[in-house]
Amino acid sequence: MSSKPTTSNGQDLPFSRAGGPGASTLAVHAGEARQKVGDSITDAIFCASTYTFANTQAVIDYIQQKQPREEYGRYGNPSQRVVERKLAALEGGEAALLFSSGMSALVGLLMTLMNSGDEVIFFDECYHRSREFCTKHLSRFGVVTHQVRACDYAAMEAAVTPRTRLLVSESPTNPHLSVVDLQKFAAIGKRHGVATLIDATLASPYNLRPIQYGVDYVLHSATKYLGGHNDLLAGVLIATQEKLEPIDKLRGIMGAINSPHNIYLLERGLKTFELRMQRHNANGQALAEFLDRHPRVEKVYYPGLPSHPYYDVARETMSGFGGLVTFLVRNADWQATAAIVDRMQLARIAPSLGGVETLIEQPLVMSYFEATPQDRQKWGIHDNMIRVACGIENTEDLLADFEQALRP
Amino acid sequence: MDPQSSSSAASKRFATRAIHVGAEPDPRTGAVIPPLVLASTFVQQVAGEWGEYDYTRSGNPTRHNVELTLASLENGTHALAFSSGMAATHAATMLLENGDHIVAGTDIYGGTYRLLHKITNRAGVTVTLAPTTDLSALRAAMTPRTRLVWLETPGNPLLTISDIAACAEIAHQHGALLAVDNTFATPVLTQPLTLGADIVMHSATKYLGGHSDLLGGALIVKSSSLRDRLYFIQNATGAVLSPFESYLLARGLKTLDLRVRHQCQTALELARRLQVDPRVQHVIYPGLPDHPHAALAQRQLTGGAGAIVTLEVHGGVSRAKRMVETTRLFRLAVSLGAVESLIEQPALMSHASYAAADRARYGITDGLVRLSVGLEHVDDLWEDLDQAIGH
Ligand SMILES: Cc1ncc(COP(=O)(O)O)c(C=O)c1O
Ligand SMILES: Cc1ncc(COP(=O)(O)O)c(C=O)c1O
Repeated sequence: MSSKPTTSNGQDLPFSRAGGPGASTLAVHAGEARQKVGDSITDAIFCASTYTFANTQAVIDYIQQKQPREEYGRYGNPSQRVVERKLAALEGGEAALLFSSGMSALVGLLMTLMNSGDEVIFFDECYHRSREFCTKHLSRFGVVTHQVRACDYAAMEAAVTPRTRLLVSESPTNPHLSVVDLQKFAAIGKRHGVATLIDATLASPYNLRPIQYGVDYVLHSATKYLGGHNDLLAGVLIATQEKLEPIDKLRGIMGAINSPHNIYLLERGLKTFELRMQRHNANGQALAEFLDRHPRVEKVYYPGLPSHPYYDVARETMSGFGGLVTFLVRNADWQATAAIVDRMQLARIAPSLGGVETLIEQPLVMSYFEATPQDRQKWGIHDNMIRVACGIENTEDLLADFEQALRP
Repeated sequence: MDPQSSSSAASKRFATRAIHVGAEPDPRTGAVIPPLVLASTFVQQVAGEWGEYDYTRSGNPTRHNVELTLASLENGTHALAFSSGMAATHAATMLLENGDHIVAGTDIYGGTYRLLHKITNRAGVTVTLAPTTDLSALRAAMTPRTRLVWLETPGNPLLTISDIAACAEIAHQHGALLAVDNTFATPVLTQPLTLGADIVMHSATKYLGGHSDLLGGALIVKSSSLRDRLYFIQNATGAVLSPFESYLLARGLKTLDLRVRHQCQTALELARRLQVDPRVQHVIYPGLPDHPHAALAQRQLTGGAGAIVTLEVHGGVSRAKRMVETTRLFRLAVSLGAVESLIEQPALMSHASYAAADRARYGITDGLVRLSVGLEHVDDLWEDLDQAIGH
């Protein structure tokens, strides 16, 4: 058990219905032992930093792998294994590894796969810290990062060299919500024997399951929709057991593990995952349509709008389009755009997304204030751009808030 | 901290208030989730002049926040959070004095029955049980010393529906308060204070917390003088909700609207399937047209008829016992209202503290089975019931 990622396809569920269990059934039950500590209905929180052995022979048995069990908190925790199984089941993957944040999950994967001289290729619309880690830190270890325009599959394929180890993209991307054709993306990796990673944070496994398309690794910042309450940080990688094993070993050394209390909040948050996602999707779609009709709005980026360049791919691969909506304000400079953000009453100004509270930010200010205008232009960060992370509030209240904030 | 200042969230709709009232970001750090304050005591500036908080039994910022949310969701002005539903009920009964009289419904939680008959009576307070569904029976039970009418709607476990507005009128005509245990309906479906009740009580352990991981209770009122009397009792007797539990409760409330509506839909569908199943003798669910109080249920329970379904299978007690022991998704456990579906046999479990004669009198038969419908997929739940009822 120790230093082995935990597997599940929801096969541990106490029943089998044709078509498989519903998402909410998985969210509530998958990965959990049927009979728990003290016959408790919910999982216990194991705060222990270390685990005791009955005697010396027990230690030796453990070392010789005869006795799967816990040893030390950095290598694993019973609560962590439950959540890993639940996340793997929701993703339709074989196994999962939980980390202390989305970034530490990404770093764990990159540090495992990359050696000096190796190369990684990114679609350029991505979380700015992911990019920063590669260009500023992995580079120090001699790893080369190439960035190509998002969804330009030919450019990505052209950038592959014999030293390429990993192809990375988000889907949908942040903040433009471009949707990757996962079949094409995975095929490039397959053709060249290069691993593929999709950061599907903005979709969540409710809306998108990249593994079905042949993607090797799926990453989520579980801080977002999976935790869902803006009250924890976590990250997860989902892949085959075999692929995750070396990453698990490195995690045990790096130590970017999640805390037992935090894991409990994540497990608890997952119980309402399906319901929350349905409302996030409904609010996202309603807000996108509202903004699309609004005279003060120049452009809306939302994969659920027919005008979105990736509407068809999105419709084919996603079962919902999430709560993130990005838009441009018509004829507004950055200050006029900020004035709208500042007029919001319900939506709060903060980075992050995927929680029950609606959050709003101006990417120029929040994430790219110190970037050069040239870089901002290259990354498509416009001065008049606003990103909204819809929560699960009542839809009419949410629209009313935008209605008043956009009033001329 | 004043709900009025809370981004004008106080005037918003239910799902929005559940998320925003009592959840002002921390002014010092901007934390979108207010900090969890575990302190038992609070540092004062001046001896004898108390700051906003002094000691956590008397008040705590994290508990205060969830009390603001609860008051808003029940359309009340004040809420008090207790360490369990029973602690909340007990506090309400302590409003009464030696010689006072309580009229309580016949379809109430077993623990409430036990409290009234074994604890409250020791203070010289007398109790009469009357079916609160029958207004003339309720009127007949009232005495000049009746100070409190206690009812549960939907009732437990027979899911009777009492007319809150009519019961409030009768209670008030006799100078008594009406308290409603709103645990089963939740404020998503019924807001008793709006219908005339004086006190709403919750076992927050159930739908409000919603995740089977906390015990809690609440009293919500719409009068500051009643709040002051109950606060005095709470502070003097000390059964307050802990800061950790207050946090988990507040977090659970954020999905209350989604959970309860979804659970009601699933419960209705299961009740319909059970009703036409030849292996089932009868099904009690307030959302079925043949429920004795269907019309009232439709009026008083808005947006769903609750997520508890009570039934009796053919084959009597032994068949019922086999059923509750062979479900796989529905776990055999008391309690209700959470994300996991639960099943139980009231005569042996939730209502075992009733006197056997009272159980028989009030229709809580040994073969009765109570389902608490969770968030699982309706077809997964149906398949589970189907195999457990067997052939
Ligand atoms: C798409 C995406 N990936 C990764 C991350 C990093 O996750 P975390 O903040 O949990 O480290 C974030 C958010 O911050 C994100 O939005
Ligand atoms: C309707 C009802 N009222 C009150 C209670 C008592 O609440 P608690 O168990 O939180 O003390 C319960 C449950 O146990 C209940 O179901």
